[in-house]
Amino acid sequence: MDMLMMGIKAFVVGGLFCVIGQILILKTKLTSARILVGYVTAGVILGALGLYRPLIDFAGAGATVPLTGFGYLLAKGAMEAAKTDGILGAFTGGVVAGAGGISAAVFFGYLAALIFKPKMKE
Amino acid sequence: MGNEKKVSRAQQEKIERYKQLVDRLSPKSDMVTGLWRAFWVGGAICLLGQAITEFFSRVMLWGATSAATATSICLIFLSALLTGLGVYDKIGKYAGAGSIVPITGFSNSVVAPAMEFRREGLVMGVGAKLFTLSGPVLVYGICSSIIVGLIAFFMEVL
Amino acid sequence: MGRRMGERTVVLGNRPGVVSWASIVGRKEQEGPYGGRFDQVLDDELNGETSFESAERKMLETAVTLCARKAQREMGEVQMLLSGDLLNQIISAGYAARNLQIPFYGLYGACSTMSESLSLGGMLADGGYADRLIAATCSHFCTAERQYRAPLELGNQRTPTAQWTVTGAGAVMLASGAAAKEAKVRLTHTTCGRVIDLGIADANNMGAAMAPAAADTLCAHLKDLNRSFEDYDLVVTGDLGHHGRDLLIELLRQSGVDVREDRLFDCGCEIFSARQDVHAGGSGCGCAASMLCGYLLPELAAGHLNRIVFMATGALLSPTTTMQGESIPGVAHAVVIEHGEE
Repeated sequence: MDMLMMGIKAFVVGGLFCVIGQILILKTKLTSARILVGYVTAGVILGALGLYRPLIDFAGAGATVPLTGFGYLLAKGAMEAAKTDGILGAFTGGVVAGAGGISAAVFFGYLAALIFKPKMKE
Repeated sequence: MGNEKKVSRAQQEKIERYKQLVDRLSPKSDMVTGLWRAFWVGGAICLLGQAITEFFSRVMLWGATSAATATSICLIFLSALLTGLGVYDKIGKYAGAGSIVPITGFSNSVVAPAMEFRREGLVMGVGAKLFTLSGPVLVYGICSSIIVGLIAFFMEVL
Repeated sequence: MGRRMGERTVVLGNRPGVVSWASIVGRKEQEGPYGGRFDQVLDDELNGETSFESAERKMLETAVTLCARKAQREMGEVQMLLSGDLLNQIISAGYAARNLQIPFYGLYGACSTMSESLSLGGMLADGGYADRLIAATCSHFCTAERQYRAPLELGNQRTPTAQWTVTGAGAVMLASGAAAKEAKVRLTHTTCGRVIDLGIADANNMGAAMAPAAADTLCAHLKDLNRSFEDYDLVVTGDLGHHGRDLLIELLRQSGVDVREDRLFDCGCEIFSARQDVHAGGSGCGCAASMLCGYLLPELAAGHLNRIVFMATGALLSPTTTMQGESIPGVAHAVVIEHGEE
């Protein structure tokens, strides 16, 4: 029951994040690169202000999967490392926390470029 | 306009009038359909993410942080695969922000230019172009996280 | 007879002949309403090559070769090739000319290249500077997408005003004097376009960027020759698309031109059907070129059309100007093409 509830919350909250993005695309003609930059930066700021953690507790992947979640991860990493490792931590913490996602994207991106060829759009 | 000063007043009025005409005649996007598609596709991707997280935390008994990282890697892999197979651009055409905003969209923005510029070579083609769209995300994400970290550090010190 | 009329129109008094033409398109264009009218269709987007760029230049090369063959001429008998395309440093035209070995003038007019090359070619032939020359251009969806927009596999949405770059090429052989004796189609006038910019900066709204240039050239053309829509079976524009066509109609009416919408034929609106989901329509050099060579010239030769004014429109932007936030200048050149023997 708990799992079902969590799934519904993840679906709705994650969906709403995308709805906001869609409104931005339709109303402001922002390109997808700008949307992604906006989301990740917003995530960092919300994370730093302590506003994003409650959303993750509430919606789980609904808040971690949108790119704001990636921003939150970077902010959380940098802040925690700054507290434990001092000023060096401020520089290393963010990337360390986000390393899994960044490395995976670079690695799979490189592999895909070796294996697949782009096709004509339909 | 690059050179505001060189544009005469009459020309500026003409430009303004034309802008109004363009706005009046421009075709409109179907807002409701677009929002619904973004909602359900984006929600579905997050739901999948939740299922993967549950798997890692309940079946594999990994901690919350590890499970979240593993979920990201799985979603990034799936998106890279779908991009390579030529499916993700079709999802994107249907869902818009629904497949841009989730981490899978980030992965797509890494894989798509990497594939596109394979013919320009492995180093300056794939290696450099891989970051054309996702580079800005890393730049802004990393820079803002360092600022946040520095603020946290100084608050801790003071 | 004077060689110029009015402010901007040149009279081609010797009526250079259009002796042959050839068109090639991609699969999607073949599936459109004018499918079946083109000379050749590409099997796939790579056209048997290893990159989209070489696929595009091979398509142009084939169109020129086919055009010469249809006129039963050897390549050595063609004295000039006037050609250009959309890619940086017009590589399709330059590399095709390398293989064709026809003396080559490279042109850049973005999507207006077909009427630009016809205008210049018409004047060269009319002046007796060439007995036989070919004007040609091409575009390819995949090369234009990567240069101007996004990687093919990126999952983004196209805006309602976005247009679809036509994969296609067209080549036209012009001839003068004795070489034009048999020609059933003639060039009679050309009007040179000014570069007009009314501040549109949205690279996904080319129709709006180019419509003012089309209106400017057409108004000048009609005024110079004291003609109206009634004098033409069709007033053809290159690739304004549905949105740009609506804007052109409005701009012409504001200038006091009596527009006959049934005679305003935009290649970008025509080449694809509504169910092909191309949003505002087709675009690219190959759009006007393939429609001219696949549909309009054959109709003129057969006498189904008597006289048209052909006006391809170009947006003179580059990815750099787009990123720097500059607005998009447009240009359009007009050529009058008539059915008629010597």
